[in-house]
Amino acid sequence: MTTIDTGRRLAPRASFFNDPVIRGIIYQIVVAVLLVSFIFWIIGNTAANLAAQNKTTGFDFLWRTAGFDISFSLLPWSRASYYWEAFLVGILNTLLVAVIGIFFATLLGFTIGIARLSTNFIVSRLATVYVELIRNIPLLLQLFFWYFAVLKAMPAVRDSIALPFDSFINQRGVMVPKPIPDEQFAIVWLGLLIAILGVFALRHWARKRLEATGQRFPVFLTSVAILVGIPALFFVVSGASVSFEVPELQRFNFKGGLQLPPEFVALAFGLTIYTASFIAETVRAGILSVNRGQTEAAQSLGLKEGDRLRLVIVPQAMRVIVPPLTSQYLNLTKNSSLGAAIGYPELVNVFSGTALNQTGRAIECIAMTMAVYLTLSLLTSAIMNWYNGRVRLVER
Amino acid sequence: MTDISFVRSEMVDSRPAPNRTTGAVAWLQKNLFATPVDTLLTVLGLLFLLWVVPPLFNFIIGHAVFPGGTVEQCRDPNAGACWAYISAEMEFFIYGFYDIPEQWRPNIVFALGALLFIPLLIPQAPFKRANALLLLIAYPIVSYYLLAGGVFGLKVIHTEKWGGLLVTLILSVIGITLSFPLGIVLALGRQSKMPVIRTLCISFIELVRAVPLITVLFMASIMLPLFMPQGTTVDKFLRALVGVTLFTSAYMAEVVRGGLQAIPRGQYEAAASLGLSYWKQMYFIILPQALKHVIPGIVNSAIALFKDTSLVYIVGMKDLLEAVKTKNDSALEWQSANTATTGYLFAAMVFWVFCFGMSRYSIFMEHRLHTGHKR
Repeated sequence: MTTIDTGRRLAPRASFFNDPVIRGIIYQIVVAVLLVSFIFWIIGNTAANLAAQNKTTGFDFLWRTAGFDISFSLLPWSRASYYWEAFLVGILNTLLVAVIGIFFATLLGFTIGIARLSTNFIVSRLATVYVELIRNIPLLLQLFFWYFAVLKAMPAVRDSIALPFDSFINQRGVMVPKPIPDEQFAIVWLGLLIAILGVFALRHWARKRLEATGQRFPVFLTSVAILVGIPALFFVVSGASVSFEVPELQRFNFKGGLQLPPEFVALAFGLTIYTASFIAETVRAGILSVNRGQTEAAQSLGLKEGDRLRLVIVPQAMRVIVPPLTSQYLNLTKNSSLGAAIGYPELVNVFSGTALNQTGRAIECIAMTMAVYLTLSLLTSAIMNWYNGRVRLVER
Repeated sequence: MTDISFVRSEMVDSRPAPNRTTGAVAWLQKNLFATPVDTLLTVLGLLFLLWVVPPLFNFIIGHAVFPGGTVEQCRDPNAGACWAYISAEMEFFIYGFYDIPEQWRPNIVFALGALLFIPLLIPQAPFKRANALLLLIAYPIVSYYLLAGGVFGLKVIHTEKWGGLLVTLILSVIGITLSFPLGIVLALGRQSKMPVIRTLCISFIELVRAVPLITVLFMASIMLPLFMPQGTTVDKFLRALVGVTLFTSAYMAEVVRGGLQAIPRGQYEAAASLGLSYWKQMYFIILPQALKHVIPGIVNSAIALFKDTSLVYIVGMKDLLEAVKTKNDSALEWQSANTATTGYLFAAMVFWVFCFGMSRYSIFMEHRLHTGHKR
């Protein structure tokens, strides 16, 4: 009989350097030392280079007068503005185009994604062609196309193409009527706020009632009615009015109205078209990931078509759709930096471009630009992770 | 007792057999006119096609001016795409400012690349290992000396003169080849049990993925020279390459991580119980399975990189898109209403062919490697 003597083998058999724990620690120390010396080497080199070029560092330049023009700005901007204001203008312009792009790309993307799964031959083929065409061509090329080949090739101001609703399109961009609310209009916003709170309350109540009595309440239709109805009621009762300032062709240019510069239109349009093709694929994959058995099970429970989608298919598909959809939103935001190439004054253009060239503070400008994108990314993923946590599959 | 019964008491009359379930009419019925909504969609789709296709066809083919045509024909108000312009400027689009008498050198590089690359793509072709080694080790060295010159009496041609499709291809091929192993190392580092290494890899990946490629390129082109010891000059081409590679490797790392996470724990444990070292476990057991899982993701990264090379234009490199744009803006002898559109159309077609080809190949490979789950 062999007996296993466990007591004798307690001491490590391997030599000191072959112990995985010790070896791991040694590896990590080596890596850390290498990294730290690398960083010091870089800092030393940078300091020496900057000294040789007689350049200073620091963020004091932010309080100096910028002295350049920004063609499109949501904040009041003049040549006398400071660099930190330029930074803000850049961030706002980036956010503006990103939000508009995300909104339209989601609409278009979901439509195309669902169309690709249509049983209608023509519809699904058209959607396939769209996706395969758009996502295999670089975004920058598409932006160049929209900006240089389409918008810049539009007729001159005098021969503007008239669109419906008093809108015009020409070389200088798109002109649309500008809504001008009067002072009473603030009440309508209040009405909207009340309506939104009301919808939340309604949903809460409907859910309670469903759980208590099993009776369903048409939440969606009522919500729509509340969201439209209450602000409309406030609008009528308060006597508020909205006038539209229509763009009018003067001697040399359009006056009044909302004038969207071609850089903005091209960037928003290009980002929407490009990102929608990726969102469409995400949506398609999400819907396809829901097992066919789920549809059949829902059918056999006697659920109607609408309920089947809303209660069974879509919630499961959303689990698969949300994480990649988040990445697409982030990608769109990051891709808006390509506006720099067609002259839209977004963050990279204003700050890593003009401000950097004028001040020579390369490290500061690029670091600040990167910090903004980093913050945006972290914020977006935090929000989406929270949402994802709410809808994910609860497992044991 | 009520006499409600849920069991049918009499037979239902049999329905007539459906007229057709195969053939053109049935197909039309099923795929185009199944419901009234479907019919409406079909009609709308057809109207859309009628609205889009004929003008597009006329622009690209019908009224286009083909190579050999003159600029006067292109300036005709009814003329479509000016393909004559493309063929006249083709050399610039492919080689940029590369010296014209030396253009045989990029040609050899292209041909060698195709010769080594195509057999690697065909699963049945023999000598895979030798082929891969040649492509990954010998080919870059040969190509570099062929393109840059300076040896065997070849004229030196600085990277500033390289341009067009040549630059696009070099950047993307080298970028993909370098970022792939780098991405694997980063992904393994992210999974590592050593906290220092793990934190390092996570920070790098998350930082790079959170910022746009443009800012990485700006950093590479403006800050890399600052980081180097005084007096060192880093080639502009190399700076762009570093930027593109680091950027893609972070994305590649996340793709590979997905594959690593898909491998069941038992595989790691089995590998460890065989007594293999860490690298052998990874090389023989984990990575082959993990990478197979994520081929689509890897190819997507490759496609993204290929498209993203167009951004090096922002730091002053002359890739294909930049070459086309330069000529669109400056080739006064070809100035006509449709010159710019034709130029972008051409660039789009080139990019599309490469990217679409890659995505099709990945689907083919995916099916081929889809072993173990097929019955």
